[in-house]
Amino acid sequence: MAQETRNAYGEKLAELVAKDKNVVVLDADLTKSTKTIEAKKVAPERHFNAGIAEANMMGMAAGLAASGKTVFASSFAVFAAGRAFEIIRNSICYPKLNVKVCATHAGLSVGEDGASHQSVEDVGIMRTLPNMKVFVPCDQYEAKAVVEYVAKLDGPCYVRLGRGKVEDVYDENKVFDFSKVDVLRQGKDVVLFAMGLMVQEALKAAEELNATVVNVSSLKPIDEEGIKELLKSHKKAYALEEHNIYGGLYSAIAEVKTKTDITTPVYPIGINDTFGESGKAKDVLQKYGLTAENVIKVVKG
Amino acid sequence: MDVNNLKNHALNIRRNIVQMVYDAQSGHPGGSLGCADILTYLYFVEMDVNKDNVKTTNRDRFVLSKGHCSPALYAVLKEAGLLDDDLKTFRQIDSNLQGHPNMNHVDGVDMSTGSLGQGVSTAVGMALANRLDENGKRVYALVGDGESEEGIVWEALMAACHYKLDNMVIIFDQNGLQIDGNVQDVIGPLPLKEKAEAFGANVIECDGHDFEELDKAFKAAREYKGKPTVIVAHTVKGKGVSYMENNYAWHGSAPKEEDYKVAMEDLKEVK
Repeated sequence: MAQETRNAYGEKLAELVAKDKNVVVLDADLTKSTKTIEAKKVAPERHFNAGIAEANMMGMAAGLAASGKTVFASSFAVFAAGRAFEIIRNSICYPKLNVKVCATHAGLSVGEDGASHQSVEDVGIMRTLPNMKVFVPCDQYEAKAVVEYVAKLDGPCYVRLGRGKVEDVYDENKVFDFSKVDVLRQGKDVVLFAMGLMVQEALKAAEELNATVVNVSSLKPIDEEGIKELLKSHKKAYALEEHNIYGGLYSAIAEVKTKTDITTPVYPIGINDTFGESGKAKDVLQKYGLTAENVIKVVKG
Repeated sequence: MDVNNLKNHALNIRRNIVQMVYDAQSGHPGGSLGCADILTYLYFVEMDVNKDNVKTTNRDRFVLSKGHCSPALYAVLKEAGLLDDDLKTFRQIDSNLQGHPNMNHVDGVDMSTGSLGQGVSTAVGMALANRLDENGKRVYALVGDGESEEGIVWEALMAACHYKLDNMVIIFDQNGLQIDGNVQDVIGPLPLKEKAEAFGANVIECDGHDFEELDKAFKAAREYKGKPTVIVAHTVKGKGVSYMENNYAWHGSAPKEEDYKVAMEDLKEVK
């Protein structure tokens, strides 16, 4: 099966608002796109539209959270992490308020809307904020589990979700442990760390490369011990991400490595410090090298 | 309402504002002195905050959106018996009394503020929460006229009006000055009354130093249903200290010893 992670978010959020009267949802005129409309159908009295005003949406979220509410606030990643950044910083992260920023339409897979709407930097931005936790689920099952998980955490969280359908990596029986990286395939010599939709590409490439595939969905906090062990047990490592190679998964893995004397080289396979462009999602991903074919090409040198 | 009593509280608050900024040799005396009467009214007349409920959110709350006026907030909390911290720790290392207020350090600081415009936005969220909880509590946000140059202030007012938040009051502290000079010379945020009316708020103008006028305004706000109330309070930046009044140079500078002595002399008794 293939499903959008944003759809999974909408479904799980509807469950959460039905179960817990303390959960409040905010959106900024994108309820049908971010899928918070599913929660609105269940509990319209706890769904507030801020209009096209993401900054104020985050301020409202802070005020609701300061009143004891568990708040989910959604928009596209560009606007949530970008435009509203400083409100998230000063009004949510600094006072450690219980707001879950669930941002959809992250990365180049937005497709046709083009670079203005394709966030390539959101994980980097959010990861640098004190008190913020950052999650990037790779499929519908993980997305639901992440949403359920962050609802129980006290404090600010950022969840990165995608627009397009992505193949299932897991199934409904999977028990997630977000304190650990998840080794999906054991290979030899080469380890592919991946986040988001690059997990599927890593799995597709792994057979030919006989590579180990690791899903890193908790970017912060990150499983340093797990990453160190995997670096030690392999000769080469790659970080695969639908994100700028600065600030995202590659940076996070490199940060873990450089605190140690591990010598395994780590290489990036991501967006090479450039903006995206319009096109069908699969065409954009292909042009920017975010495919299994390109992973094989890069790893084989 | 005992006006003389309020004037005495306001005088003590002003003396503490000057003392704190002088001791720290850092801080924002002008705006703090300017809003001292409004805060006195809020904490001694309008709001239901007290020692027993200060740690809870089941009470009226105040958001100092113009967070740089923290000396006024700490001083009023002290005057109301809600603050244990020594005011001498203001802006010092390891202190709860941060340069801009931190809600996690001080009971009675209802939101961490300092980045202008955000406080009024968070106050909208609090008012929505109060409505969801049907607790009948009210939210007050104090916003500078210079601060109103931040777009988020108007995003927040739009939301407050859309959601008909008659359980909140946004107070514009209109002293006409900001760091770089007269607000109209810098960029021109005025008039605030007409702008707020156009957004759909119930707008009341008053003298922000006259307790009778403040009383009328806040009572009218409480009575008004279906819209948030905006109170445009006309104030004098630096109020009470002769050389600071209407002088933007005292927005964010601390008095030296000679100036400090003059200020304390100016604030010797209720005028």
